[in-house]
This record gives sequence, C-alpha cells and structure tokens, in this order.
Amino acid sequence: MYLTTATRWIQKIQEEKKCDISAQYGLQVDPDAYIKDLSVGAQQRVEILKILYRRADMLILDEPTAVLTPQEVEELFKVIRSLVARGVSIIFISHKLKEVMAIADRITVLRDGRVVGTTRPAETSPAALARMMVGREVILTVDKQPARPGEVVLDVNDLHVLDDRQQTRVSGISFQVRAGEILGIAGVQGNGQTELVEALTGLRPIARGRVTILGNDTTRATPRHVLQSGVAHIPEDRQRDGLVLTFPVADNLVLNTYYLPPFARGIRIDERTVFASATQRVQQFDIRTPSIHTLASSLSGGNQQKVIVAREFTRPIRLLIASQPTRGLDVGSIEYIHQRIVEMRDQGCAVLLVSPELDEILSLADRMAVMYHGKIMDILPASQATPEKLGLLMAGVREG
Amino acid sequence: MARSPEISQARVSMWQRVANAMALPVLSLLSALVLSAVFILGSDLKVLTAFSQFFSDPARALLTAGKALADAYGALFIGVFGDPAKIFKEVGEFFATGDTQGLAIAFYPFSENFVTATPYIFAGLAVAFGFRCGLFNIGAEGQIYVGAAAAAFVGYSVEGLPWIIHAPLTFLAGALAGAFWAGIAGFLKATRGAHEVINTMMLNYVAFNLIHYLLNGPMKRGGAAGTIPISRNIVESAYLPTFFPEPIRFHAGFIVALLVAVLVWWLLFKTTLGFEIRTVGANLHAARCAGINISRNFILAMAISGALAAMAGAGEVMGVNHNLAEGFSPGYGFDSIALAMLGGGHPLGVVLAALLFGTLRNGATKMQSLAAIPIDLVSIVQAFVIMFVAAPIIIRRLYRLKTEVGGQMILMRGWGG
Repeated sequence: MYLTTATRWIQKIQEEKKCDISAQYGLQVDPDAYIKDLSVGAQQRVEILKILYRRADMLILDEPTAVLTPQEVEELFKVIRSLVARGVSIIFISHKLKEVMAIADRITVLRDGRVVGTTRPAETSPAALARMMVGREVILTVDKQPARPGEVVLDVNDLHVLDDRQQTRVSGISFQVRAGEILGIAGVQGNGQTELVEALTGLRPIARGRVTILGNDTTRATPRHVLQSGVAHIPEDRQRDGLVLTFPVADNLVLNTYYLPPFARGIRIDERTVFASATQRVQQFDIRTPSIHTLASSLSGGNQQKVIVAREFTRPIRLLIASQPTRGLDVGSIEYIHQRIVEMRDQGCAVLLVSPELDEILSLADRMAVMYHGKIMDILPASQATPEKLGLLMAGVREG
Repeated sequence: MARSPEISQARVSMWQRVANAMALPVLSLLSALVLSAVFILGSDLKVLTAFSQFFSDPARALLTAGKALADAYGALFIGVFGDPAKIFKEVGEFFATGDTQGLAIAFYPFSENFVTATPYIFAGLAVAFGFRCGLFNIGAEGQIYVGAAAAAFVGYSVEGLPWIIHAPLTFLAGALAGAFWAGIAGFLKATRGAHEVINTMMLNYVAFNLIHYLLNGPMKRGGAAGTIPISRNIVESAYLPTFFPEPIRFHAGFIVALLVAVLVWWLLFKTTLGFEIRTVGANLHAARCAGINISRNFILAMAISGALAAMAGAGEVMGVNHNLAEGFSPGYGFDSIALAMLGGGHPLGVVLAALLFGTLRNGATKMQSLAAIPIDLVSIVQAFVIMFVAAPIIIRRLYRLKTEVGGQMILMRGWGG
C-alpha cells in the first residue's frame, strides 16, 4: 500500500518535471507517448530533452538533420537558436554546407583529422567552405544538359513489399524510368526506400505487383538474374552491401563478374586478367590506392565508393539503381560521383536515384518522386520541383 | 592524399607476409610453454617442499625447480624427436651391420609425430574450410566417426578388388559419408536458418550413438556371438601403404593429407567456387548483393568440410587401426577447432598447427612415462596456445608487436550472425 502510494507520488513529480522542462525549452513532447509512436523529429526532441534534463551546458549534435524533412530541420534550428539564447553551447557537426551557413556562429573545417581553419558565416560562402574541405576548387552545381528520354527500361507496377517483420513497407508503387533520364526518389529515410531498392534488385521478395526490366519480368528474379539483365546497383550501405572490406581492391572489382569470362576459365579464376583489369580500372576511375592488392578497408570512403562505381559502370548496363550514392562522402568525391552518374545518363542508361538528400535529388534528377509511408506522393518534373514543394510532400502533405 | 605513382606496385614480399603470419602463433607457443612451466612446478611435490624453505636455502629451491622443468621438457623433447644418443648409436650400427630393426626403433618416436598429425591435418582443414564460409563446424568429431564407419564397411565387406581400386574407393566412401553427415547441417542452415553450431553438435551425439549401435549390432565382429564392440578388420587391399619396417606406423595418409591441403588451398584461392565461399564467409550481405547463391554455398561448404573431417576417420581406419572401434579418436575433431584457429584458417597454417598438435600429443605420452607428468599438461599447453591466439592483444602487448592493419580474418561470427 505504502509502496504504491510512494510510486504514484514519484511518478507525479517526474511528470511535472517533464512537462515543466519541455515547456521551458519550447520542446513539445507528449510525456505518455511511446517512443516508437513518435515521428523521428519528435524522437530527436526527446533525445535533446533527456540531455537538458541533466542540466547540460553543452550539446554535441552529430548530423542531426539526416533523418528530418526540410520543415523539421527548420523546427530543430528554432530550438537550437532558443537554446543558444539561454546560454547553452552547441557543437553542430554536419556535412551540409547550407545548414552550417544557416545555423553556426563560428565554423571550423576539419580535413583528415586536422583543423583547416575557422571562419564566420558572414565572412565565407558555401564555395569557400567546400574549397577548405577539399583543398581545391569544387564545382557545387552539376553541369548537365536536359534529358533525352528514350524507351522504358524499368517498369514498376503496383509494387507491394514487406520487411523482415512482415510489415508492409512499400504499398502499391508504380513508376517508369526511361533510358537517358534520371528519376530521383526523395523522402525522409525509412519511408520504404530501402525495401523498394531491395525488391527491385531481387534481394527481397515482392509481395504483390510486377517489375519489368527491358520487357523482361524480373518480379521473381534472383539478384544474379537482375544483375545479368543489365542492372547496376550502388547499395546504400557500401561497407555492408557493396564491398568485402577484408578483400583486396582487385577482388572487390570482380565481386559480381568473377564467374564470367575473361575472369573465369572453367572453374579457375584467371588472376592475371583480374589484376590487369583492376590496374586499368583503378587508373580509369582515379581510385587512390597504394596498390590493387590493398585491402578495401584501408581505402577512404570516397575511394571505396569509386571501387563500387568502377565495378558497376564497366559492366554492360542499361539501368543504374543508385541508393544514397554519396552518403558520408567528402565534397570532392560527391562531385566526382555526380558527374559519373550524369555521364551514364547521357550514354543512354536509365538511372533510378534514391536519396534522402534533397539537394542531391534537386541537382541530379530529371523527374522527382517523393516517397512517404511506402507510397509515392507525387512525381514532379525538375522544372516544377522546389525544395518547399518536395519538403511538404516528404512530410506527407499533399497540396490542395 | 599522396598519390603513389606506381599503381600496381609489388606486393609485400612473401617472406615478410609469412613472418608476420607466423609471429603470433610462434610467440603464443613460447608463452604457453612458459606459462605451463608454472603448472609443472606447482604440481611437483619436491619443488613445493623446496620452495617452502626458499628463504633458508634459495639455491636448492631454484635447482629443484630447474631440474623438474628440465626433466619435463626433456621428456617432451625425447618423446617428440626420439633419444638422440640412441639415434646416433643405431645409425652407426646400421652402417656397420645393415640392421634396420634398431634404426626403426630409434626413429619410431619421431615418425609417430606424423602419424598423429595426419588426422589433425584432415580435421583441421575441415574446420578451417567451414570458417572460410563463415560456418562453425564443431561436428568434426562426429563426421570423423561416420567417415570411419563408412570406410570400415567398404574396407571389410568388399573383397577381391585390386589395391589401386579398393583403397581409393574406401577412402572416398568415408569422405562421402562425412559430406552427407555435415551436409545435413548445411542444408538445415541454408533452408531453415537453423544454426550450424547446434546442429553439428547434435549430429555428433547421433553419430556417436550410431557407431555404438553399429558396433554392438550389424558391424560387430563375429556377429551376435562376438564379445567386443569392434568391427571386422578391413581387407588388406584397403590398407594405406606403409613404407618402413615395424614398429614404424607412418603411412601414406600423411602424404594424402598434404595433397588434400594443397587441393583445399587451390579450391579456396584459385577457383570461382572458392571465391564465392570466401565472399560469403567474409561478408554475407555483399555476397548476396553480388548475386552469389548463399544457400548453395552453405550446403557445399558444409559438405566439403564434412568430407575433409571424415577423411581423418577413414585415414585412421585404413592406415593405423584397420578396423572400427568406439573411441578410436581421442578428440581429433574437437582439438581441430582450436587447431584451425591457430592456423589462421589457412591450409598451410593448418598443416603447421597440425604438426605442432601431433608433436605435442606424441611427446606428452613420453613425458608421462619418463617424468611422471600427467598427459593433461599437454592439454594445458594447447589451451594456452589457443588462448593466446584467440586473444592476440595479449601477445601483441607482451612483445610490443605492431598491430595488423585490418588484415585479420574473422573466424567466427556471433550467434545468429
């Protein structure tokens, strides 16, 4: 009896404190809600509240905007500004130049673990920051001609996909990608993009619907069959899905072609051809590695991604499925990968680009689809797409 | 980032790589021997009494300790290499009289190293092969027995064949039985996701009891009237040939084991199948994305692993025992797990580790009879070696070795990995 009374009493105090603190900082959170039911933005607010509750004077935010819609980012920035006004110090780590320019009082640029310099937003520009990050001049905008779409390469019809827990993650998606165009799929991470890409590449069974690549039904195809029908795949997690880190660069370059001539002769692998091809491709794609025998794990992220790009782009492909192809890369590598993707498009390849980075979609895609809760909200041509429009769609709001 | 001008620069010299790979196991062995010395001293009553009077007579304490160690490791040495004095004498005698009998006896201990190492090589290759595909085959012991049973059956029931056909046939029957046995676990893993550790372990018990049943029933020597649970002897045409006079038991199995090690190396590192198996083992997700059929590789790798383990059993039946008996393997299959780790999952490493284990086991017998040190001490040495290899950070700190750059192979994944 006493115990229950005591517990209730403690609970009451805690609740008051919680409400109190969330009101105090202007962070609206329902104290009785389960974390799993909150939106990612609200989850982040809880995380921040947790730290403020312990009277922190300093917050370190590591890429806090990666999982937010543009509107949620604005919300977060409001919170950050009010915290700063109360005297809290914030360290805001980000690779997005615009955000840093918008929120920071001082900006410090790191390169290879060293401080390159410290500056103020008023005294610098995104281009100047990019130069500091890479150490050379970087072209931030992608230079590309208007697309010349050809025949339909990828045809997705009423696609339904379940995740490992048998929850529907993709529900009734239909779209087409034509040769020579880039279709961008925007959307906050975790809205079914991963499952969509896995389904298209044969890695995940398709619950309902039809996928056709160049007229061939690949709804039930194995990953190998999909690859063989002319599909290149840049997976979203390169270290998990794209590379074998404990293998040398040369082996990673033949990871999905090792069984084909000229690399295979019967059941034997012809090492001479593998090495010769690796040496040639390392040069062609400017992969900075001490040797083709270096393990993939000791390459930088950008060069690891170049290994994947070199492997996929040198096969005879008609469709490129690129999932977050520049995730976590430095500005210089992003520039390189973007140029290569546009090059593939201009050579007549159909490109499906999935990325939660709105800027990436806006600068590369010829048409843009927005995914929200497993559905496509809308598909807009590049001429009609603005960050605001896409941002609203990403939050699930359809304009009247 | 500095760009190296020469892209395809020479690989790190082979000797450098061998030295790097060998440093850890060799230092582990040395450390294990030192640590085991503590156990030798601690279990020796004379040493303990001498040390209880350490402050009154430190010299005697140290001398007694030194003598105990010299006796123990001296006996181990003689057990391993034979008695040097005896070898000299018999070699002299051989040149004087041409007597091979004495020579054979003098060299007998040394030759035994290879006899003991033979099943270790096969079983070690089996476990290492599994590791390469990310599979943890702890069922080598059961596969050894199943392979031995199949080999024994073909060995004694088929008669009238020439050696050139009968011996390979017997060996192959053993290997196939092992492949089937381990293949069950591989199939369950591939199709049902059942963890191979559980299944190979359980298949061990099934195998042990199956052998027990066979040796007390259908395969029992003398049928129902027979008294001991042992099979008939295999026909001589199924023997693995020996090359030296009695009592030397060295047989062709050792050479076959070396050839199989080369074959395994070739399969793993030079063929498309090996590439697939290693990719699946190194990164399951990347393997799937690259279009590799995971299920097929799990089943194949497990079956090949089982075949290799079973060869250990077949080799013992055809080369040493010439029949099937319960308990003929003193745990080769279990030791081989440690051995495969010591060998770094590489066929060459496995052969070297198997020679070491064979040597230790062989020397231990002598140590027990000469220095009255329990045979378990060798298990302690082995355990320490494994411990140091499994926790390389200890050795690296102890000897200030440079840390390897990402080249470490992952031998095992966690549960459900």
